Amino acid sequence: MADEVYKDDGLVFHPMDQFIVTPLFGGTEVHWYTITNVTLWLALAVAAIAAMMVFGTRGRATVPSKSQSIAELAYTFIHKMVEDVAGKDALKFFPYIMTLFMFIVFANFLGLIPMAFTTTSHIAVTAVLAMGVFLTVTILGFVKNGAGFLGLFWVSSAPLPLRPVLAVIEIISYFVRPVSHSIRLAGNMMAGHAVLKVFAGFAAITAVAPISVLAVTAMYGLEVLVSFIQAYVFTILTCVYLKDALHPHH
Amino acid sequence: MADTTESHGADGATDAAHGAADAAHGGAEAVGMPQLDFSTFPNQIFWLIVALIAIYMILNKVALPRIASVLADRQGAITSDIAAAEELKLKAVEAEAAYEKALASARAESAEIIAAARQEIQVELDEAIAKADAEISERAAQSEKAIGEIQAGAMESVEAVAKSTAGEIVSALGLSADRAAVDGAVAARLKG
Repeated sequence: MADEVYKDDGLVFHPMDQFIVTPLFGGTEVHWYTITNVTLWLALAVAAIAAMMVFGTRGRATVPSKSQSIAELAYTFIHKMVEDVAGKDALKFFPYIMTLFMFIVFANFLGLIPMAFTTTSHIAVTAVLAMGVFLTVTILGFVKNGAGFLGLFWVSSAPLPLRPVLAVIEIISYFVRPVSHSIRLAGNMMAGHAVLKVFAGFAAITAVAPISVLAVTAMYGLEVLVSFIQAYVFTILTCVYLKDALHPHH
Repeated sequence: MADTTESHGADGATDAAHGAADAAHGGAEAVGMPQLDFSTFPNQIFWLIVALIAIYMILNKVALPRIASVLADRQGAITSDIAAAEELKLKAVEAEAAYEKALASARAESAEIIAAARQEIQVELDEAIAKADAEISERAAQSEKAIGEIQAGAMESVEAVAKSTAGEIVSALGLSADRAAVDGAVAARLKG
């Protein structure tokens, strides 16, 4: 197969093929209800989360088992993050933020399995997550603070003539939030996986193969790091936005 | 190496699928970003929302309350353990004080006993010494008496020997001497 690729027109890479959404059980049309590879890998993420958070904690032990420790670590990690970043009154949103974090971190890590489909590499997925956060935070901000939420855009600590200018900048940055929030995650995932695939493609040339394998290994290590960091970043930004909604005054 | 050929084989497989999918999408060029293939958006969004609701249900109904209660239990256990440890420590301090007290009283008692024993022994010793002294002085008196007797005996013998010797000497000199006169002379001489 490698020879064939080599023969055709030098090296041919298909780094984006891994992101194609295909129906699992035949057919070519992708309807909204079609069971696709997206469905499969989302289901695997749900199953993995259930395994860790429910099956892993079945002992309910005061002295935790290894699996229970991991679940508790995830719990306290996000719980502390919500409390530290968004404040104590944000803790009632903890289950939502935990859901976001667990989904992203598991989708990212499952995507690192060779031949896997990375659901979080799709802008459709991350955009839904980011818009969900954006709409929740905005609606919550107005419900909690009424028109006072607009104080978020009125920097009262700045000199008066500067305030309208700053307000414009603040409003623009506010509406850019969901865009950067979603593209950061999808972009990181997509780029990392595509680069892995390109490096793997070089392995078709015997002379370069060892370097290619080393590069793939190194990139894979980096991607493991990125997978966690992006989940962390997405979650902590959610907490920051939540803080803005609950306490809009700088 | 085997790994790379394998992945390429898989590439081929996805290629085929990709081609088929493209054909279905009105022959769009394969090189584009699948992320921007909007025809798959409803599918992804639908299943994503299903998955998120499932995760939320699992976490909110089962996992999070369970972990929260385990953590609360542990916190409670730790707090009560610390309290118990504090109490035990207090008890240990008390026990140590009691022990010190007992030790001090035992020491005092033992000192008392030693003093009493010493006194008793002293009394016994004094008695024994007095007894021994009496015995010694009695023995000494007896010995003195015996020595006196022996001395007296010796003096008598000396007198008798001197008398008989003097009588013999006088008779050896060819003189006849009155025994009584000789004795008298010797006695007078010895008293000299």
